[in-house]
Amino acid sequence: MKNNQPTPRSEYTAMAKGLHWLMALGLCSLFALGLYMADLHLSPWKLKLYSWHKWAGVTLFLLAWLRLLWRFTHRPPALPGHMSPLERLVAHCGHALLYLLLFAIPLSGWLMSSAKGVQTVYFGLWPIPDLLTKDKALGDVLHEIHETLNWLLALTVAGHALAALKHHFVDRDEVLQRMLPGVSGKSTQ
Amino acid sequence: MNSNRNLVPPRDFVSTKASLPAKHTRAWGALGAGGLLWVSCWPVVSGAVEFNTLQPAQSTLVFAYKQMNVPMEGRFKSFSAHLHFDPAKPAQGKATLEAPIASLDTGSEEANDEVGDAAWFNSKKYPVAHFESTTIQPLGGNRYEVSGPLTIKGHTRLVSTPVTVSVQGNRAVFDGSFEVRRADFSVGEGTWADFGTVANEIHITFHLVATP
Repeated sequence: MKNNQPTPRSEYTAMAKGLHWLMALGLCSLFALGLYMADLHLSPWKLKLYSWHKWAGVTLFLLAWLRLLWRFTHRPPALPGHMSPLERLVAHCGHALLYLLLFAIPLSGWLMSSAKGVQTVYFGLWPIPDLLTKDKALGDVLHEIHETLNWLLALTVAGHALAALKHHFVDRDEVLQRMLPGVSGKSTQ
Repeated sequence: MNSNRNLVPPRDFVSTKASLPAKHTRAWGALGAGGLLWVSCWPVVSGAVEFNTLQPAQSTLVFAYKQMNVPMEGRFKSFSAHLHFDPAKPAQGKATLEAPIASLDTGSEEANDEVGDAAWFNSKKYPVAHFESTTIQPLGGNRYEVSGPLTIKGHTRLVSTPVTVSVQGNRAVFDGSFEVRRADFSVGEGTWADFGTVANEIHITFHLVATP
């Protein structure tokens, strides 16, 4: 919680980078797992995958809260000066959407599990309260919502990655580099 | 809780047929034939009513199990029971219960599609789960221990369950629950035999409402 400075830092904290890449890895894996497991025929393997997916989803949900807290207490580096007002707007909206989805997606999964009558028991140990009572029709709707939000996230992440590449290869600024681990020396704490 | 003991063939209950008219069977005269005939004397009328008509709409047969340590609940959407219970002669009561596998709702639609398969209940060959009481032991107050063979998927095990009976006006309510192990009945074979995914213990809870 140190350095809550009024002036923007020139680099991300190690914590911010760590959370960024950990969640990137987690989200991509969970997205692929979700696509794979949904079409499986019922088997113990499928039930295991569903549980693992939920446990990982809860973990990412918790990390999202940590990340939001970190974001509010540690100001990120400013956008490069060459960006136009429109580019800045798109960047801010994109980031806001990413943050929103980091919460909306696990929440929709949690609601879906509740409505489908399969409670989430974190790591098989800690039951997470059901937010809804069992309701098949609602469960199906939430399934659709969970899936749609995930495709929206996939598109947003793709845009995010393309934008980073554009910064690096076209604009030749430090936007991509400053999120890479260990590139900027000082803040690796 | 004693679902594990191997079955002793059910002691034969004489006169278990449903329709002994409780109000008219004064069978004392038959005593002359000797003590062996005692059992056939029930139900003896004592002015009390015998509750033997199950009210399906008010009755439930549910079961709880764990799947990846997640508590799940299922139920039988339909089942039938033949009950004979005279509050004045509780120990001479009798209960048989039949639950068609086809009416089984596991709590998961996906699982409902598979529950009749050979690995689970093999419902083509064994369409009905069946319980028949052989002894009813008073436990004090309105509590009883009911024991008898439970047959599922061709496997028979002796089970006992505590039952609480409450008579409310013209209806009697029988409540109880007990645990069985699915492996005792070969329910969930092959890849499903591992208890790590679907636990072995199945907790059965019944709520039976009967009228005279």
